[in-house]
Amino acid sequence: MNPVVRTILQRLGLGIGTLLVVSIIISLAIEMLPGDFARAVLGQSATPETVAAFQREVGLDRSPVVRYFEWMGGVLRGDFGESYASAGSLAGHRRLVADMIGPRLLNTLFLAGVAALVAVPLALFLGIMAALHRNSILDRGVNVVSLVSISSPEFFLAYILIMFLAVKLPIFVSLASISPSMSVLERLYVIALPAITLVLVIVAHMMRMTRAAIINLLASPYIEMGRLKGARPMQIILRHALPNAWAPIANVVALNLAYLVVGVVVVEVVFTYPGIGQLMVDAVSKRDLPVVQGCALVFAATYILLNLIADIVTIASNPRLLHPR
Amino acid sequence: MSETAKPSAGTRTKGDVLLEIRDLQIEGESDEVWRPIVRGVDLTLKRGEVLGLIGESGAGKSTIGLAAMGYARGGCRFSGGSVVFDGIDLRAVSDEARRKLRGSRIAYVAQSAAASFNPAHRLMDQTVEAELREGIRNRTEAEKDAIELYRRLRLPNPEEIGFRYPHQVSGGQLQRAMTAMAMTCRPDLIIFDEPTTALDVTTQVEVLAAIRDIVDQFHTAAIYITHDLAVVAQMADRIKVLRYGKSVEEAPTREMLANPREEYTRSLWSVRKLGKQEQPGGEPILQVKNVTAAYGNTVRVLNDVTVTVPRGRTVAVVGESGSGKSTLARVITGLLPPIEGQVVFDGQALPPALKERAQDTLRRIQMIYQMPDTALNPRQTVYEAIGRPLEFYRGLSGAKKEARIVELLNLIEMDESYVDRLPGELSGGQKQRICIARALAAEPELIICDEVTSALDQIVQEGILQLLMRLQRELGVSYLFITHDIATVRAISDEIVVMFQGRVVQQGPKSRVLSPPHPPYTELLLSSVPEMDPDWLTNLLARRKAQPAAVKAGDY
Repeated sequence: MNPVVRTILQRLGLGIGTLLVVSIIISLAIEMLPGDFARAVLGQSATPETVAAFQREVGLDRSPVVRYFEWMGGVLRGDFGESYASAGSLAGHRRLVADMIGPRLLNTLFLAGVAALVAVPLALFLGIMAALHRNSILDRGVNVVSLVSISSPEFFLAYILIMFLAVKLPIFVSLASISPSMSVLERLYVIALPAITLVLVIVAHMMRMTRAAIINLLASPYIEMGRLKGARPMQIILRHALPNAWAPIANVVALNLAYLVVGVVVVEVVFTYPGIGQLMVDAVSKRDLPVVQGCALVFAATYILLNLIADIVTIASNPRLLHPR
Repeated sequence: MSETAKPSAGTRTKGDVLLEIRDLQIEGESDEVWRPIVRGVDLTLKRGEVLGLIGESGAGKSTIGLAAMGYARGGCRFSGGSVVFDGIDLRAVSDEARRKLRGSRIAYVAQSAAASFNPAHRLMDQTVEAELREGIRNRTEAEKDAIELYRRLRLPNPEEIGFRYPHQVSGGQLQRAMTAMAMTCRPDLIIFDEPTTALDVTTQVEVLAAIRDIVDQFHTAAIYITHDLAVVAQMADRIKVLRYGKSVEEAPTREMLANPREEYTRSLWSVRKLGKQEQPGGEPILQVKNVTAAYGNTVRVLNDVTVTVPRGRTVAVVGESGSGKSTLARVITGLLPPIEGQVVFDGQALPPALKERAQDTLRRIQMIYQMPDTALNPRQTVYEAIGRPLEFYRGLSGAKKEARIVELLNLIEMDESYVDRLPGELSGGQKQRICIARALAAEPELIICDEVTSALDQIVQEGILQLLMRLQRELGVSYLFITHDIATVRAISDEIVVMFQGRVVQQGPKSRVLSPPHPPYTELLLSSVPEMDPDWLTNLLARRKAQPAAVKAGDY
């Protein structure tokens, strides 16, 4: 088998293994959550009988190991279980976890995708320009701005943006509530502020890594050779340095994209955006365990998938692996 | 080939001045102080002429070579003088004008082609880069021309080699591909910066011949930088000797070789005359018996190798890179357990793996490496580097340890003032001496020297070799001396083992191995060692043409 394909399959297998381990950790963590789930769901006034009935219905009376395997078995079939909120005699209709997570995940991916489409090219561009004009005013300016934005808490950035771009200059709206009936353009307009916040948060990290990865290579003999062949400074960076710098850059990009899906809770709360982060926070406070488990698994899968893609980019950018002797 | 592509070769006769450097001064920055690297060097090069620049490392050879392109490395700057190339004052014109000259009219061939080719691009893309950028040819023509150059440089598969990546091509081939790359724009001047230093002698012959031919064919002027006199004697019309950034003397090659005027030049010549009287072998201290070894069970690196080292003698192991010399050292030290065969030390078979060996066995076999820079921990002082084996093997501490460290420093002709230095504060030769002292601290009976002088200048080399010989006389230590340098072998060995592709080709006392008749590979190896005679390469090539060698070097 082609060694590259083999390596990728190995990584994929490893990723699935990691996901399994993570699923166990999620279940363990949930076991350790304090508080009585039934009471949290049913309220303090629930009678012991209702509590017992609820526990039987959702299976809390069985051992954690059995519940784990049941849950995993369901997940493998694409069934993430039912929300506790719909269980018991108090709720009228049943709500599947998958149905709750699905639309929220799509919302999150939409916001993340918009932020990534702006942030990644911007970070690469700024990183390359900073490396090209090292120690110039441009380089220092970009560094200072990115350091400020990376050091500020994201809710702070979010409120500053709201204050200036929604209150003082009412260009955008501060509430990013979207509904299925909105057109793409309307959605883009509504999510402008959260997207800008996210861009500000992740651009710095990626830009700094791009700059560092390129500068790190500028001392290589083949870069000097490029100069002695009369290549222009921009060609040196784009043709001679960047192709060898993809590996570290891809890894940082993957981490930041994962953050866009996994770490956006705060931004979602500030802008009341109906994403998966908010769903998970709500579920934790309501002790809606199947939803928490489902969300956690989606987050883990996101991380693993993005890191896998970064690995593939690393392999594909290394001719030693791609074209063995 | 179009007319514009190849500036009329007829006009390029030797005669008019192409490059004129006057009173060149270049400074380098270290610890925020600018210190002179080149101090007032003059240089004149005519069209079609090859000038050899020779000197030890730090003499400023490369800096001057790059200055001829109007280029100063990072941390260096021009501080005086002028560089005039074909009427253009390179120090006065704009960056853009200088950039346009580079690659198209002045080209550069670097020491390590393996490091100087960009790992991310195919050879062809890199070869044609400059001419496409300058619009000299279109891509199809450029590739056709590159293939023609590959052919002229005698690269195997000239049609296809361009479509390989640098890591898929051997060092000798890369060096020739880099020469092809320099030739694409038919520059007026090429700077060759130690282009064969990193190559095996057998490969070096091919590359030297290829470079000489192509420079001749296109009447290109060249500055040929090297520290190897015998090499420069083959390549240059004139030789300029440099030391400490100043010119020592300059003369036509034959004149320079026949009567060097300056004392320093003569000292460069004399290094090769170091020699040792061969002594007959005695009882063996080390016997490597029928060893076969491999990395990862697939590639056999050693095949049925048997080597004996007599006590108190020096056995030199010679062969080109990839012949298994260093692997042999790894087997002896236990770093690589062999698949078959055994290592017998002082009459006892050693356990194959390092961790099964007793501490005292480890003490008795020590190793010195090629690169003292990487063999010494940069954060450990001389005291720590030498003191550690004293503690570990000899259990010394406190005043006893200190006294012994001073003793060892004296033994290697250094003194206690060096005790607190870090490796970064020592010269290359001093660092290698510290490595020797560290090995001696264990009071070993056998020291394996793996290319210990290859990274050093000739004069420093001589000092290290003399030190090793003196230590052997005084302490009776035995050496297994791994090297690819035949001059070193002549200088210090009692017995010689010739290795080729993981096998021992020949083995015996120095006098027998070095005198004819030789087995074919030994013949190839010995005949490839450059000699001071400026006609050596010409004669060798003629001889080889008349009588094709039975063995070819693995590298080309």
